Amino acid sequence: MKIVVPKELNALEHRVAAVPASVEKLIKLGYEVAVESGAGAEASFTDEAYADSGASVVANVDELYAQGDIVLKVLAPTNDEIAKIQPGATVISFIWPAQNDELLKTLAEKNINTLAIDMVPRISRAQKMDALSSMANIAGYRAVVEAAHHFGRFMTGQITAAGKVPPAKVLVIGAGVAGLAAIGAAKSMGAIVKAFDTRPIVKEQVESMGGEFLTVEIEEDGSASGGYAKEMSKEFIDAEMALFREEAKDVDIVITTALIPGRPAPKLWLADMVETMKEGSVVVDLAGEQGGNCDLTVPGEAVVKHGVTIIGYTNLASRLPTQASTLYATNLVHLMSDLTPGKDGQPNINMDDEVIRGATSVKDGEITFPPPPVEVSAAPAPAAKEPEVPVVVEKKPTPTWQIMAYWLVAGAAMLGLGKVAPADFVAHFTVFVLAIFIGWQVVWNVTHALHTPLMSVTNAISGIVVVGSLLQVSSDNSIVVIMAAIGILVTTINIAGGFFVTHRMLKMFRK
Amino acid sequence: MTGVITMAYLFSAVMFILSLSGLSSQETAQRGNLYGMTGMIVAIAATIASAAVGNYVVVAVAMGIGAVVGIFLAIRVEMTAMPQLVAMLHSFVGLAAVLIGWGGYLAPPEGQTHAMHIIHNVEVYIGIFIGAITLTGSILAFGKLQGMISGRPLTLPGRHWLNLIALIATIVLGVMFVPQHYSESATLYLAIMTMIALLVGIHLVAAIGGADMPVVVSMLNSYSGWAASATGFMLGNDLLIVTGALVGSSGAILSYIMCKGMNRSFISVIAGGFGSDGGAPADDDEGPQGDPTPTNHEEVAAELAQASSVIIVPGFGMAVAHAQMAVSEMTQKLRKQGIEVRFGIHPVAGRLPGHMNVLLAEANVPYDIVMEMDEINEDFPETDVVLVIGANDTVNPDAVERPNSPIAGMPVLEVWKSKRCVVLKRSMGSGYAGVANPLFVKENSRMLFGDAKDSVQEIIKHLP
Repeated sequence: MKIVVPKELNALEHRVAAVPASVEKLIKLGYEVAVESGAGAEASFTDEAYADSGASVVANVDELYAQGDIVLKVLAPTNDEIAKIQPGATVISFIWPAQNDELLKTLAEKNINTLAIDMVPRISRAQKMDALSSMANIAGYRAVVEAAHHFGRFMTGQITAAGKVPPAKVLVIGAGVAGLAAIGAAKSMGAIVKAFDTRPIVKEQVESMGGEFLTVEIEEDGSASGGYAKEMSKEFIDAEMALFREEAKDVDIVITTALIPGRPAPKLWLADMVETMKEGSVVVDLAGEQGGNCDLTVPGEAVVKHGVTIIGYTNLASRLPTQASTLYATNLVHLMSDLTPGKDGQPNINMDDEVIRGATSVKDGEITFPPPPVEVSAAPAPAAKEPEVPVVVEKKPTPTWQIMAYWLVAGAAMLGLGKVAPADFVAHFTVFVLAIFIGWQVVWNVTHALHTPLMSVTNAISGIVVVGSLLQVSSDNSIVVIMAAIGILVTTINIAGGFFVTHRMLKMFRK
Repeated sequence: MTGVITMAYLFSAVMFILSLSGLSSQETAQRGNLYGMTGMIVAIAATIASAAVGNYVVVAVAMGIGAVVGIFLAIRVEMTAMPQLVAMLHSFVGLAAVLIGWGGYLAPPEGQTHAMHIIHNVEVYIGIFIGAITLTGSILAFGKLQGMISGRPLTLPGRHWLNLIALIATIVLGVMFVPQHYSESATLYLAIMTMIALLVGIHLVAAIGGADMPVVVSMLNSYSGWAASATGFMLGNDLLIVTGALVGSSGAILSYIMCKGMNRSFISVIAGGFGSDGGAPADDDEGPQGDPTPTNHEEVAAELAQASSVIIVPGFGMAVAHAQMAVSEMTQKLRKQGIEVRFGIHPVAGRLPGHMNVLLAEANVPYDIVMEMDEINEDFPETDVVLVIGANDTVNPDAVERPNSPIAGMPVLEVWKSKRCVVLKRSMGSGYAGVANPLFVKENSRMLFGDAKDSVQEIIKHLP
């Protein structure tokens, strides 16, 4: 089967659905690959590079589509493109089937099998083909770069001969993949980063990226299944707005990434908040495509209102075309690899595989969207909430009187023993007790790594019982002599074996 | 002459103490071992030189054979088989203690007062008792570690009662034996007690599961020390008393550290009945949900090559697969590319305290990158890739995250906090504790199935 990769037609789209490295992997899966001439030019991949990795480069688009059994794209195909695709072929790209009824109908009419990469279910196994996450990651990073570009000051604080520079303050709203990437990027540029999210479970993630997690007084969990957020109650939103109004006076850069699946983006950064922001501040709205989180966002453009630059670019990932193409192409390779279990160049749209089922929106002329809901394994059901028992139960320190009591008993026992035992025994007993204490002190100092040598060396020195056998070997009783001889034999094995094996081991430890 | 010998013994005792304190760091450890050898040679030479020892031919033959056998064993043993060797050597000390005890009974010192005689008999009795338990217990531990006997714990009905009855019988026989001089009935009492102690040794260790062996071996180490001490009391020999006390407390400390590593009390380990050969996972309807994500060698190699810090967590599985050499080769390759590679060792990894350290040292892994659990646990969140090689229970998140898990509260290496955790494993079977491991289905975990050695060698091939 032949995979074809056309050039994207949208002027704002700089990405490409295959890169030379991914072409190599597709060929390993048994496919032939053809790329339109200049398809990767805007992402810095030359035709030569594609040819070197084994793809044929085709200049004529119609010719390209005529060969194609499988079409890999970034954006959903336009009507013009659909007209060129062969009936019975398969197309894989972003489709957004929930918002694009008409598109699905057209594709179904023409019997084009359609896999929507944006519909891959968010389960652990499918992470490697989760293009939404990989693109969101890039968009989050790029958002910070755009903000820094429009911001008239340093991101990081500095103390220079020409005066002290305070660090920029960044507020990230929505700590999903994009939000976290933005937190990380802003933090590594030296800014002070705060983040807000309705889902309390992301607090740890925010903090792990170096951000400060903001909370409101009201307790409400905004987690919905699949790692997304749901809409919040009125009280919660009021509290949230009050928090944002407070922050608006303080922050220099706001990055909003709040999306609720299947709904227009929630309005979170209102006009009055923009007004209270300092002159020269920047708002980057990643939800521009869904209408924007900010009241004043103009989708696709950067505008200045009340002295604040508001960036509503809808192609942030595409503004990092080389990186975005590489990651997207890799996501597609993983999907193709799941589609081609035999590595024989024959795709199998297996509707029993929940990942492929989720992505497939049109098959054999039938619209198969929406797929049945997928059990998300990553998050345990909230019903199974466990009682918050501290795992380690603090041990009460033993009271002093108890320790004293132990020693009193021990002392009394020793006195009692001393009263009946002969002096000789008492002397030996003294040595015994003191030796235990020395052993205790010495052995605690032994490093953990040497515990095996410690065992073998103590083994060797416990062979000192050979002295006992030696003292008995000259007995008049022949049975005792035989037993002593055996004793000497085995303890000598112990001594020689123990010391030598210890020596062997210790020689091996080196820096 | 007695003064000279006593001084020689004192010198030996000092040497032994220095020997143990030498083990406090790798730099001084070899010197420590030499101190130990010196002490031993001085003690033996002084004893042979004393008037009490004749029969030099017997001595020479026995020691000659013993030394040859011992050195032969020490040279031949594989580092993965160290636990077996240690267990076997313990049984020798036990055997010697039993023989010396019987010798002391059959040929008691002359001119004893009544009190001295009583004490002598008590010492004989205790020495034989501890020695006999050490003897059979160690042999059984050897068998289990060698795989000759199933690692499954033997749980006889009413086994705690059996032990208790044996203990009571021992005490009763002791009370009857102690006041007697050499006689047929006294010999009988002593013989019955020896038999009981031998059986108790077998039963104690048989009831303990395969992976509790680190505790058992260190416990037997401790017993062999106390047996030596008891012998010392019987012979009135301070050197034996001191050495036995050193060894006894050393073994006791090791047992304590091991038990703490498993968050179990010493009593519960000794009482036994826990663990198995690592069979089917226990029925657990709250077990982890979800599928593990398999990965392949190429992907792991690529992730390793891109990482800036890597931690390798080995377990008993690495020893079983003899993968330490391959792991070392991979480590060297990664370190050459400037990647920080370290090892995280759980206190109970392997079948002997410190077993993993020895295996890694054998494979030329520098000891300063081999870290203890407490040293490295904080660093997992900043680590790019963690390779778990043949470890299971020691990296189980349930120990921290689920208070009602059977292993809750056991300190574990928190590998799941890293950015990527790759688990090298033969199958999805559960670890020795029989507890399912939710680590395998965590989002950032990847499973690399197959023999650990083959897998690591494949990864090396794909490394740039």
